[in-house]
Amino acid sequence: MSTLSYAARDSATMLRRNLKHALRYPSMTVSVVAMPVLMLLLFNYVFGGALGAGIGGTSTGSTGSSGSTDYIDYVAPGIILMAATSGAVVTAVSVCVDMTEGIVNRFRTMAISRASFLTGHVVGSVIQTMVSIALVVGVALLMGFRPDATPVEWLAAAGVLALLTLALSWLAAAMGLVAKNAETASNMPMPLTFLPFLGSAIVPPESMPAGLRWFAEYQPFTPVIETLRGLLMGTEIGTSGYLAVAWCLSLSLVGYLWARTAFKRGVER
Amino acid sequence: MTSTTPSSAPMPSSGTVPSSGTSGSVPSSATASVAPVTTAPVPETTAAAITAAGLTKSYGDKTVLDGIDLRISEGTVFALLGPNGAGKTTTVQILSTLRTADAGRARVAGHDVRDAADAVRAAIGVTGQFSAVDNLLTARENLLLMADLHHLDRREGRRRTAELLRRFELTEAAGKPVATFSGGMRRKLDLAMTLVGNPRIIFLDEPTTGLDPRSRRTMWDIIRGLVADEGVTIFLTTQYLEEADQLADRIAVLDGGKIVAEGTAEELKRRIPGGHIRLRFADAHGLEAAAALFDPSSSSSSASSASASSHSGSGSGSGSVGRDAEALTLDLPSDGSVPALRSVLDALDDAAIEAERLTVHMPDLDDVFLALTGPAADGRRDANSPKEQAR
Repeated sequence: MSTLSYAARDSATMLRRNLKHALRYPSMTVSVVAMPVLMLLLFNYVFGGALGAGIGGTSTGSTGSSGSTDYIDYVAPGIILMAATSGAVVTAVSVCVDMTEGIVNRFRTMAISRASFLTGHVVGSVIQTMVSIALVVGVALLMGFRPDATPVEWLAAAGVLALLTLALSWLAAAMGLVAKNAETASNMPMPLTFLPFLGSAIVPPESMPAGLRWFAEYQPFTPVIETLRGLLMGTEIGTSGYLAVAWCLSLSLVGYLWARTAFKRGVER
Repeated sequence: MTSTTPSSAPMPSSGTVPSSGTSGSVPSSATASVAPVTTAPVPETTAAAITAAGLTKSYGDKTVLDGIDLRISEGTVFALLGPNGAGKTTTVQILSTLRTADAGRARVAGHDVRDAADAVRAAIGVTGQFSAVDNLLTARENLLLMADLHHLDRREGRRRTAELLRRFELTEAAGKPVATFSGGMRRKLDLAMTLVGNPRIIFLDEPTTGLDPRSRRTMWDIIRGLVADEGVTIFLTTQYLEEADQLADRIAVLDGGKIVAEGTAEELKRRIPGGHIRLRFADAHGLEAAAALFDPSSSSSSASSASASSHSGSGSGSGSVGRDAEALTLDLPSDGSVPALRSVLDALDDAAIEAERLTVHMPDLDDVFLALTGPAADGRRDANSPKEQAR
């Protein structure tokens, strides 16, 4: 077998290991799902009335039904995206636990592909997070989220989310590698989970003060949210699509390079 | 894979018939590793499993390894002995390709650890100080994971897993998550995982630290079995002298990043002049009388410093009589033989001195360890005894 197919085989072995962890200890998956679902409940039922009325003009407006129903259509894509960011926390923690428990040193002294350890983690966490996202979408649909997307648009939305999850997973893997312990590892991706709030996830940036608004418009999550919203709800996407893909790819690259360097250096700490 | 049995190693002697070597002129490698009396180094004729020359490693301004030379023959057990922070783990990490040395060369299984790391990795197995098992998987899944990573096919992987579970008496617990295992079971599983790939050279970094005496003995039996049955080479680090004494063919004592002594357990023990007979007296009068009898030179002058030099392990004064005025004991240098004992007792009888108690102390590896390592052995080292990193 060639080096490349060994690398693929080792990565598949590592992936199986991580999926086995996820299946056997579903509490992590549950925590990934629970946070966005709580947000969804909170923002739809508690804040929804006021927020929906406040941004009534900016939402689709085509259905003409009550403000609350409109608002869930606005906020659901943003909250779905939060499932991706809370998945990053799980990735960082599981990478860090492997690093601190010594099993990674066993892998390092075996003649296996160097990349397989991280690849297995990242691919595993993308799968785990996509399952979580599907569950959050399911809850949103039950709560009255009514996207008008075609199957192709659904697929494209899934693709955008997968791309975002990939980027976040690589970043989170790097954070897990540099974190000294699991507590630090779970705190490091926190800024990522707050970023959607400072974008267009909950309210449109137009309603924010100037400085914040500038940040909200140019930060990476806003184009992703806008693309998602466009694909699912039929709003204007414009350049957001390209921007979203560009952001995801470059964040993936940064995360990958960071993780690779951190993994190489890992044992020397 | 290179030659694994010592007998197939190249011999330098010009004898045309290989079997004639048994006549006694050329010591075969097998006898050399068993015979504890020979002071000669292991013959260069045996194939080396591990060699190292001038290994150094520093973290920042802390020198952890300060020029390590090693030569370990195939099929032998080598123990690296040293106190905490001596550099044992760092040595293992360099030889097992986990870290790179700042300077020096090392070859493991015939491959350079830096230039051919993957070839080295294919030949070795490493069981680290902290058990490297996957706590979230079961014992069987851990072993199957190793089988997959060694690219064994499914059937072979299952066979090997079942065999190792049986051999390590883990079959009953095979389906339980490792998180529920005791320390001893965890170590056994750790070693079993190391063996999945049939390594020719096994590194064991403090394999029994933290184990209870029974688990320790089980581990020793397993290690002995590996060498006897499969002819693997074992590189062991330990801070337990008894462990080195029990298992190792050769022992190197590491302290402050340097190897301060190397040899068989017997050779190391012989380096320490420490055999003595200790006499205890009922009162100071008896002690004084005996001291005057056995060591007339120091009867009055050294009374104040006597207690400091009471213990045999305290250094170079091999022939001197040690006296402890507070404990009322007198240490007489001796080889512990019956005639020596008899002469001491006769001398006491002749002088009508009554000793309360007599004990014979022979040097053990503890004395070697204490004499060779730590601040007492070398005052300048206490400045840089870096703490070993956990990972």
